[in-house]
Amino acid sequence: MVKEIERYNIPIVHMATITTISESVGANRIVPTVAIPHPVGNPALKPEDEKLMRKAMVKRAVDALATEISEATHFD
Amino acid sequence: MSKEFKVLYYVNQFFGQVGGEDKAGMKPEFHKDKIGPALGFENQLKGEGKVAGTIICGDNYFNENKEESLSYILNLVKQEAPDVFVAGPAFNAGRYGVACAEICRAIAEELNIPVVTGMYKENPGLEICQHVAYVVSTSDSAGGMRKALPLMAAITSKIAQGIELGSPEEEGYIPRGMRKTIIVDKRGSLRAVEMLVKRLKGEEFATEMPMPVFDMVTPAPAIQDLSKATIALCTSGGIVPAGNPDHIQSASAQKWGKYDISQRSALNAPDYYTTHGGYDPVYANEIPDRVAPLDILKELEKEGYIGKVYEFFYTTTGTGTSVSNSVKFGTEIGAELKAAGVDGVILTST
Repeated sequence: MVKEIERYNIPIVHMATITTISESVGANRIVPTVAIPHPVGNPALKPEDEKLMRKAMVKRAVDALATEISEATHFD
Repeated sequence: MSKEFKVLYYVNQFFGQVGGEDKAGMKPEFHKDKIGPALGFENQLKGEGKVAGTIICGDNYFNENKEESLSYILNLVKQEAPDVFVAGPAFNAGRYGVACAEICRAIAEELNIPVVTGMYKENPGLEICQHVAYVVSTSDSAGGMRKALPLMAAITSKIAQGIELGSPEEEGYIPRGMRKTIIVDKRGSLRAVEMLVKRLKGEEFATEMPMPVFDMVTPAPAIQDLSKATIALCTSGGIVPAGNPDHIQSASAQKWGKYDISQRSALNAPDYYTTHGGYDPVYANEIPDRVAPLDILKELEKEGYIGKVYEFFYTTTGTGTSVSNSVKFGTEIGAELKAAGVDGVILTST
């Protein structure tokens, strides 16, 4: 899906935990995430800390969309 | 085997010796005869089997009247009840390849009759029938006929007589993507070490588990001004509105959904949950934003860090979903996002 959407020349960032899969399916902008069942969450944290963490992560993803790259790049 | 086995054969107007492009509109016809490659093919069966008839159809006619052509051919094959159905080879001819492939697939899936064909590896028909047909790997032009027919005939003979086929490399057909359990002398650890040693020495080695080859897409240019950009949210984590109104499958998804989130500030429970059957849903069901972080995107929108969150979010289930469906979903979703003028996409996966 990532690759087919990017084929329309729209930048796309893949937020995923198993980043080897992101790479093998052809994602170019990759933000590694926390865990498979809660990629952008962490139930072990206090709710306010969890939200701060999620915000930092999503911000990183948004920033990745504004970053020029020439090959598959991890933003971590 | 005392009795000769029976083969039915399919060719297009050209190989059926009716004519060239001017005859590509001909309807399917059945001849109780061996025509074109069917003749050479039968010779290769060495008296073990015979070709009982040849179906000829124009390439354009088939592709423009697929349902009708298929139903005619399926009926005929049902009546004739061959042991094996053979089509082509189509080499790199696109329309002919697709016709051979559609026919083979329908016969294999609906009539449960084994099918054999031949194609060049880039023929668009290959993808359609590869999983159900034995497709002999041919050259890209009819010059490869002499090589293709004996391979197709040998595979046909074995299938018809219940003889187990060898590997794709031994038999000359294109791998069907299946794995077979076989007994070998050396255990796995030994084979792995031997392979590693060969690799370290720079010697040739053959993997037992070839990885699929994925084509790559050039990275799209970066967004110049985030504060004016429209960002869309997608997920393969199966987050759906409560009740899963579009019945998105919990595994091996056949479809995707899109939901209006323009009035929402988060994807919170109990309005949303996950239908994904491939991970422990407890954390996602507590706070669906842990999988599809609409809450943060809306915050970033409010702060002016990004221009806008696109009014729909897109979702499907990634587990067990075929590559071909994923490609289809991505193509369809991408077309919508492009038309809507979306500047960037965040796709989360579990």
